[in-house]
This record gives sequence, structure tokens and C-alpha cells, in this order.
Amino acid sequence: MSEQSIVDPDIGLQLIPTEASDYATQVDHLYFGLLGLSALLVAILVGLIVVFGFRYRRSRKGPRKPRFSDRVGHRIEIGFAAGLTLLFLGLFYWGGHLYMHLYDDQQSDITVNIVGKQWMWKVQHPDGTREINTLHVPVGESVKLRLTSQDVIHSFSIPALRLKRDAVPGLYTTAHFVATKTGEYRLFCAEYCGNEHSKMRGRIVVLSQADYQEWLTRHGEGPSPAVAGRQLFQSHGCTGCHQDSAQTPAPALDGLYGRTVPLDNGSTIVADEAYIRDSILQPQKHVVAGFQPIMPSFSGQLSESEIFELIAYIKSLQPGEWNQDRASGAPQ
Amino acid sequence: MTVASHPENHHREHDYPEHYLSSNWTLRGWLLTVDHKRIAWLYTVSITGFFFLGGIAALLIRLELITAPGDLLSAKVYNEMFSLHGIVMVWFFLIPSIPATLGNFLMPMMVGAKDMAFPKLNLLSWYIYTVGGIFTLAAVLAGGVDTGWTFYTPYSSLFSNTSVIAAATGVFVVGFSSILTGLNFMVTTHTMRAPGLTWKRLPLFVWANYATGLIMVLATPVLSVTLLLMGLERGLGIGIFDPALGGDPLLFQHLFWFYSHPAVYIMILPAMGVVSEIIACFSRNPVFGYKGMVLSIAAIALFGFVVWGHHMFVSGQSLYSGILFSFFTFLVAVPSAVKTLNWTATMFRGRIWFSAPMIYALSFLGLFTIGGLTGVFLASLALDVHLHDTYFVTAHFHYIMVGGAVTAYLGGLHFWWPKMTGRMYSELWSKVAALALFIGFNLTFYPQFLLGYSGMPRRYHAYPEAFEFLHVLSSLGAGVLAIGYLLPLAYLAWSLWKGPRAPANPWDAYGLEWRANSPPIEHNFTETPRVTGGPYAYD
Repeated sequence: MSEQSIVDPDIGLQLIPTEASDYATQVDHLYFGLLGLSALLVAILVGLIVVFGFRYRRSRKGPRKPRFSDRVGHRIEIGFAAGLTLLFLGLFYWGGHLYMHLYDDQQSDITVNIVGKQWMWKVQHPDGTREINTLHVPVGESVKLRLTSQDVIHSFSIPALRLKRDAVPGLYTTAHFVATKTGEYRLFCAEYCGNEHSKMRGRIVVLSQADYQEWLTRHGEGPSPAVAGRQLFQSHGCTGCHQDSAQTPAPALDGLYGRTVPLDNGSTIVADEAYIRDSILQPQKHVVAGFQPIMPSFSGQLSESEIFELIAYIKSLQPGEWNQDRASGAPQ
Repeated sequence: MTVASHPENHHREHDYPEHYLSSNWTLRGWLLTVDHKRIAWLYTVSITGFFFLGGIAALLIRLELITAPGDLLSAKVYNEMFSLHGIVMVWFFLIPSIPATLGNFLMPMMVGAKDMAFPKLNLLSWYIYTVGGIFTLAAVLAGGVDTGWTFYTPYSSLFSNTSVIAAATGVFVVGFSSILTGLNFMVTTHTMRAPGLTWKRLPLFVWANYATGLIMVLATPVLSVTLLLMGLERGLGIGIFDPALGGDPLLFQHLFWFYSHPAVYIMILPAMGVVSEIIACFSRNPVFGYKGMVLSIAAIALFGFVVWGHHMFVSGQSLYSGILFSFFTFLVAVPSAVKTLNWTATMFRGRIWFSAPMIYALSFLGLFTIGGLTGVFLASLALDVHLHDTYFVTAHFHYIMVGGAVTAYLGGLHFWWPKMTGRMYSELWSKVAALALFIGFNLTFYPQFLLGYSGMPRRYHAYPEAFEFLHVLSSLGAGVLAIGYLLPLAYLAWSLWKGPRAPANPWDAYGLEWRANSPPIEHNFTETPRVTGGPYAYD
């Protein structure tokens, strides 16, 4: 990668990065809470060491009063441990609660697909708009990031949103956020990913909703992922088995997403994104009950972005859509 | 030995009583020794070499990071430097440091034994360590390796063009040395204790190394298997970790951290043992809450096995795994905090003597507390998401592993140096060095907490200019820290030739090792000691 690919926003040193979401503010509250607690504990510890070190220094003559009895000692220890455990349980709940909220799978206004690659972030918006090392999002709308990688593990990190999520090859990870403050913020790759790891940087641009729409129309030239996926579905010959005739050798895919699928080993599986992905790349892994394991693997023939598009297409299919298409004679 | 019994010889300046260093001073006498004290020296010399090698890599890293654009080293060399630094420091310095040097020297003496339970196995451990070390070193110097010390797949198995298998083979080999040392410690503690030395009378240093031995024996095989699988994956493409072949890229992280998180306790438990001995001695007080200290050691060793997933909070493991691992991580912090309370309380109403070992021990207390508290930040799930893989993490684990383990190692070395060598060192210079270490350490790593919260990722060879100021502070600190590490090398070496002769018990300390001569005779004691009381009978 050349130096030019780095598009760091020039925002100076911020010991507390801009809070560009409510979530960021909540995380900072936890941070300040822990910071205060730590300062208190360190002050007590250092204070005790200094006081003891001075009062009980060797050169100071005179007898020392007896220490605690074992009984008092035990009480101090047990009280300290119990108090600390309670305090930690509270902190555990505080941090865990926020975490569940961040990574929880919930509805979002916009889903952005992100593929990490040595050494760039490839971003695709719902309408098909693509960008590299930059992520434009509108303010005030919930944005879901769906991440994967086409080579090694990367990690998508936006300090201003206090958000980070690994992009793992073969796995879809998600995170979501609602940006509340327009502006430009830093974007890093946080997981070591090879030689140019430190140049896998970029920016996130939070725009007003009007500016975002304008930006999309200015840049939005590509087809949406679902439309692109449909083209891929046809060009790779998937229709031949999955869609064409009444005696298809393969299951129909309309209305598949989210359904429970019976498998030929007697178990069932929920058709989620991971299942669809596996079925494309490792078709023998989950064979649907009543069908022969004859589908070839498309591993190596499709890029991660193309797999995203195929999944988007299959997700977009409503139950019965293909039958209606056939009945009405609509072109496939 | 008979010489030692003639009292007139003690007072003659150049007439040494016979001891483990004086007899058979030949290459063969050293390389084929089965005396645990000589083996401790073999380790001390080897790990010191590795420490300064890893230190040079660290200084190159800090030099590079003084400026933002990454203009001193190429990206490739920088990546190889932080990998070299991590691999050498973790596996060839920190893991063997206290157990293999001080532990080897002191464990048999503290239990009143003539040697380890398996003296020849002990020597074999050192040879295995050396073979592994030379192997990794050759790999790292010949081809370099750029995976970091964590060897994460699929980068290490499919993408890195460096000598990954060779470097990992050395780490694989050195693991066996660790397992054998751990086994030896456990069996020695069980079978070699002097009459009257019950489990409730064991010094905390013995307890700590015993627990460390347990972790070494139970966890290290998992690392060996993990590295073997990674090598097979890279060499033969067996598809354990490669998703294209149906493998799981996160499986490596689970297996790796199943060892490497407990490995942190391999580093810190012996350090806690050292600090317990020093604080008791220089406060002239028994350790406060001996039973609580032993229970804490056991709790840390046990809970240490169920927290590995906190390295994977942002990885894509399930949310509920994240919750569970966070919970256990908070729990493991409790016994560590209890120990800190007890060390501080040990000073209460004592007669505190600020010798160099005590300054090191108090530095440990401060640095370990900051390391531990920032560990609580990282255990808090939502905060970890923001801090994960940033300089905050770098600072945190350096506070524990360097501020904790290395400071305690130096403290222990100063405490037992008179016993090991029969010589005293300069009191003034040793205090200067201990202070330089404390100041240099904080100046190096405290700014890194600030860098981390502001978002600076780790393992970056070039970075946004805004972070430059804090990096400059950190690099300045590294310079001071280097002085703190080089000074002891100088005055301790000086003491070997010119230092005043040490009496058997210069600190007036309790513990069986202080009943032996300084330096001890070949089999430690002229007659087997009998133990009649607790380990810290001060005042």
C-alpha cells in the first residue's frame, strides 16, 4: 500500500476521544468510575506504605505495640475480600450490560457490509455504494456493521464510537451503533494483520441525514447487494438446479432465510447467514433432508463481497416468490 | 566441608571455606553438574543473555516510535523486532526467570533438602531450554519471524512469509523444559521436606513455586499441541484452523490462551512468593494472614485456568462466553487484591528497613497494583471493547509482567545474592538502580495507558502524528529504564570480585536457606535441619 491510502482525519491528541454516540458516553462513565476507584485505592495503598515506612522505620526506637490478633486479622481479610467481590460484581454487571447492548443482534436502519483485506477496508452500503478505508454514515440512524475478512483476522476499530469488532475469515461478526455527532473520526485496524498493518487506517464520516442521502446519490452507482447477488446467482448457474423446473434436484430458496431446515442426518438448522454461506462454500456440510449431496463447492470462485451479495439476494427472497414468478412468466 | 568446621579459617581474609562454587571449577564441572545451585547459575546466565537481547529489541522499537511516520525501521524489520521482543521475553526470560533461577537455587534449601528430587532431570531441563533457545534464536536471526509472540492463525499458518515453523519449534522444545522444572518442584515439595516442615510451615516462596509447577505441568502440554497443530497447518494444510477447509480460525486463540493466560500466573506467582519473603524480612514481621496468602495462591492458580476467553472479547466468540469469562476474570482479581492488602498489613507496626530488596518489593507493590487495577478495566466487557489491542493493553501487561515479575526477580536476586555468591554489593548503587527502575518504568508505560484510551492500536510501526508526544515520553522512560537494568549488571559483577564477604545471614532473616553457609556447601547443609516453628518467626 502506498502512503496515499491512509486517510487519517486530522483531529489531534484526544485523551478522551470525541463521544460520537450515546454508547461512547456510557462507556466513558464506566471509565471515569473505574479511574476514580483506582485513584482512591492507589492513594490508600501509597498512603499506607508511606505512613508505615515513616512511623515504623527501623531507626525509630521504642517498642511496637502488638499487631492484630489472628481473629481480627481474619475479619479484616474476609471483610476486604467480601466487599471487593460485591464491588466487582457491580462492575461486572455494568460492563457486561453495555457489551450485550453493543453486540446484540437487533434491527437496524442500515446494514453495511465490511470486508477486511490486507491492507484495506472494503465497505459496501445497502444501495450498493462502495468505498475503501472510509465509512460514511448518517447521524441518528442505527447502523449495523456486518464484518468478515477475506484473508487474515483484522479488527475494525472506531475509538470515537468506543467500538471494535474483529473481522474473521469464514465468520460473520456484527456490531451496531447510532452516531449522534457529525464529524470525521479515526478508523483503525486493531488486530495485527501483516506487514502494512499500521497503514490499514481510515476514517468514519458521520453526515447529517440529508448530506448522507446526497452523498449516496453522488456515489451510488452500483446495484444494491441483493440485485448484484441475483446477477451472480444467475451467472454462476445456480438457477439451473435451484429454480428452474418442477423436478429440481435442489431445494427452493425463496423464503428460506430464518426458516428451520430439516437435514438428512435427522437434525435441523436455522437458515441464517452462516448457514447460507456454508451451503455455498461447503455444500456437503449440511445436506437438506430428501436431497442428494451433489452440489459443487463454490469455494475459491467467489470473493467475500460476492458471498455477501448472494446472501443478500437469498435473504431478499420472500416465501413463494419463485412460484409466483413462474406462474406469471416473469423473466428470471 | 571439614574446613568449614575449623573456626579459625572463618577469620582469614583469603581462605574460603569450601563451597559449591569453589570445588571442581572446570567446564565439565559446570556443564555436567547436578547441583541445583550450579544449575540455577546456568539458567541465570542464559536468561540474562536473553533478557538483554529482548531489551535491545525493545529499545529499537521505542526508538522507531519516537517519530510518527515510521522512518527508522522498515515495516518488516519493525514487525520482526516486536515479534523477537515478545517471543524472547515471554518464553526465554519471563517464564523461566524466577522459577528456574531463584526457585532452582532456593526450593531445595528452603525445604531443608540436599538437592531437587530429580537432579539429573533438572540438568536436562536446562539443556532442553538451551536447545530450544538456540533454535528460536537462529530462526529469528536467520529469517526473522513477524507473527508476534502469539502466532495467531491464519496469519501464521497461511500468510506470513517468515520462519514461523522454525521459531515455533524452539518454543515447542522449551515447553518441555518448563514441564520438567514444574514436575521437579512439585515432587521436591512433596517428598524432600525436612523433618518438622509441615505444609503449614512452608515459606510462601515454596508455596508459590509449587503452584507454579502445577500450572507448568497442566498447561504447557496444551501450548505444545497448539504449536504442533499450527506447524502442521502451515506445512501440510490439514485444515484445523483454515475456514476454507472447514477449520476454525478462533480455535487457535482458544487453545493458545488456554496456556498463555495461565502463563501469566507462571510469571507472577513466583514473584509474589519473592515479595512475601522480602517484605516479611525487612518489616521484621510475620506475613500478615499466612493462611489467606496460601489460599490466594491456590485460588489464583485454579481460577487462572478459566479466564482465557477474556483475550477474545471482540473476536466473535459468543456473547455468553464473553459474559462468563468476564465474571471469572473479576473473581480472579479478588485473591490478588487480598495479597496486596496482606503485604501492606505486614508492614504495620514493623521495623522497616529500606534496603535495596525492600525498595524493589515496594516498587513491585505499586506497579503490580496499577497493573491489577487496569486489569479490572479490561475485565469490564464494554471497556475492553474500546481498549482491546490498544496501547492500554500493552501498558497493562507490562505493568504486571515487567513491573511485577521483573521487579520482583531483581528484588529476589538482591535479597539472596549474598547467599548465592557469598558477596555483598554496593548499598548505594543498588538503591539508585531500584529507584531508576521505578521511575523509568512509570515514565515508559504510564503514557501508554493514555495512548490506549485515545485509541492508539498496538503493533503499529507508523501512527497518526497526534500520538507522537506521548510516544516520546515513553521512549525517554525506556532510556531511564535501561539504566535501571544495566546498573545491577555492573555492580553485581563488581561484587563478585571486590564485594565484601557476606555472612551466612546478612539480613538476619528466617528461613532454612539462611542457616546454610554463604555460599552454601555442595549439599547445602552439614546436617539435615529440623523445623520446629512457622516460617516467619520475626519478633
